[in-house]
Amino acid sequence: MWKFIVRRLLITLPQIVLLSVLVFLMAQMMPGDALTGQVDPNVSPEIKEQIRERLGLNNPWYVQYSDWVTGIAQGDFGQSFRFKMPVTELLGQRLANTFWLSLVTLIFTYIIAIPLGITSGRYNDTLLDQAITGYTYLGFATPLFIFALVMVWVFGYQLGWFPTSGSVQPGLTPGSMDYVISKFKHLLLPALSMALIATVSTVQYLRSEIVDTKQKDFIITARAKGASESRVYNRHILRNSLLPIAAFFGWEITSLISGTIFIEQIFGYPGMGALFLETILLRDYSVVTALVLLFGTASILGALLSDIILSLVDPRIRIK
Amino acid sequence: MGNELLEIKNLTTSFRIGDGYYAAVDDVTLTINKNEVLGIVGESGSGKSALAFSIMGLHNRVKIEGNIMLNGQDLVKMSNSKLNKLRGDDLAMIFQDPLTALNPLMEIGDQIAETLLLHKPDMSQKQRRTRVIELLNMVGIPKPEYVYGQFPHELSGGMRQRVVIAIAIANKPELLIADEPTTALDVTIQAQILDLIRELKEDIHAGIILITHDLGVVAEMADRVAVMYAGQIVEIADVYSLFENPLHPYTKSLLNSVPAEGQDKLHVIQGIVPSLKNLPRTGCRFAARIPWINESAHEENPVLHEVSPGHFVRCTCHEHFYIPEESKEEQSDGVS
Repeated sequence: MWKFIVRRLLITLPQIVLLSVLVFLMAQMMPGDALTGQVDPNVSPEIKEQIRERLGLNNPWYVQYSDWVTGIAQGDFGQSFRFKMPVTELLGQRLANTFWLSLVTLIFTYIIAIPLGITSGRYNDTLLDQAITGYTYLGFATPLFIFALVMVWVFGYQLGWFPTSGSVQPGLTPGSMDYVISKFKHLLLPALSMALIATVSTVQYLRSEIVDTKQKDFIITARAKGASESRVYNRHILRNSLLPIAAFFGWEITSLISGTIFIEQIFGYPGMGALFLETILLRDYSVVTALVLLFGTASILGALLSDIILSLVDPRIRIK
Repeated sequence: MGNELLEIKNLTTSFRIGDGYYAAVDDVTLTINKNEVLGIVGESGSGKSALAFSIMGLHNRVKIEGNIMLNGQDLVKMSNSKLNKLRGDDLAMIFQDPLTALNPLMEIGDQIAETLLLHKPDMSQKQRRTRVIELLNMVGIPKPEYVYGQFPHELSGGMRQRVVIAIAIANKPELLIADEPTTALDVTIQAQILDLIRELKEDIHAGIILITHDLGVVAEMADRVAVMYAGQIVEIADVYSLFENPLHPYTKSLLNSVPAEGQDKLHVIQGIVPSLKNLPRTGCRFAARIPWINESAHEENPVLHEVSPGHFVRCTCHEHFYIPEESKEEQSDGVS
């Protein structure tokens, strides 16, 4: 068990290193550098060249890369050209906001997916199943950004149940109960909107897994033992069907990232996704690279997490 | 009389295909006595497994007519919850494919213990464990304490079949149905498993229904044999009569398609078992596969005739049946 986890961790490390090299090289390939458009046009090219030399911009890419990585290892993602502040500082609060938003979304996703998937799989081809499957098709067909806009309009503006922008009501003391409640209220609507759409693939997946497992031979064995229908479901079908869902978890995190980019923008929620769009439009490359690196790392860690979960629940994956 | 364990009367099991129901088991009447091994042979698609599943009540969405009487209770009319009390207890089954018959996520020991848990709720966990180890020993699994905590994928096919057998015999069933228990195994393992079933037969005194398409297995194991074709029993006799004096054309053809010493050409039964939907519902169902036999030889509505005590054969065509010389030579075409 531990052997598996350690081995899996060791594979993750080079993945992250490779990711950082790719991100860095892509950033290098983008036209312009830190000085482009930042310096007074009257400054002579010689002086610019001197500044370049001083900032290390003339060094070979691997030297620049190692400087960049050393900085990141110390928590320094460089300076944002547009916001004129360290990227780390810029990310600080937004990172936490996105983390909470994603976590709540994930929880909602599974709260919706598991009962719906189980019902639909167990009673497949009934009216109830058709209703649930109908919902999943609607979910597949609805673009998240349109659905989110409708949600803001209905629940934010028309009904006024939820705040429509920001991550917390201004003027509250951080750490107080009111502050926490306000934070939660702000992320509830975006998280729910995202979950309602993101969950459909999991519902479908779980449904087809259950329908599939139902026909397996070992289910007949269980019935031949005299196991009741509910025991067959709870002990034999469910566990075998939830397995791939656990493996799906990593993918869920990746899709969450692309989800937050739209959702945060629409709900005016100050997280990393909104910052990502903003900084791309501003061509604030140091922030963009930092974000791409963080998103990529999150995906890799998500895959790592699902592998570990899978190895915990599936004996076939354990290495003795 | 009084020795009957299971009486099947006019059992018809129909599957739904499209709009209609089609009988996969058609009007089968059978008796299994205590301590008896009844072999059921036939090609794939002849309804052997459908018969077994009907007895166990494991079919979904089928229409079952007739009676299956076990100790005076009719299994066909029984509710599922009552049936659950019998399944795994008085009534047990060994499945065809040991590679898929076990839950991949459950420890071997727990899978066997589950049968005990369901039918002997008074047993303590410790007693159950002891019994499972005992069962693993009985079916010849080495290091049972260790195997208890292993998962199916860690065992070979033969070992897994032993586990499947252990599950079936856990509660000393009165009737054990073995549905092609050796088909998925290689030959050396087959012999071991058959030996095991034979030994267990002595131990648990169960009536055994052995379903197979391997005539060698039947000859070795069975007391009586029923030959099934297209959902019907075409011949039933004790094992000696059947092998010495096979009557029905299908039985004869089957026996002739098994290699024997000094025989360099095999008989091939022409054609295939008709699909459920295309099955002829009147006349001799085997007629289409023995076209060289005159139509008048067949009965219009073939019934089982008792030709000698305990030896029944369906249709009168057996009186006129012969195996043509030329069909022996065409062994490369046709499906066996």
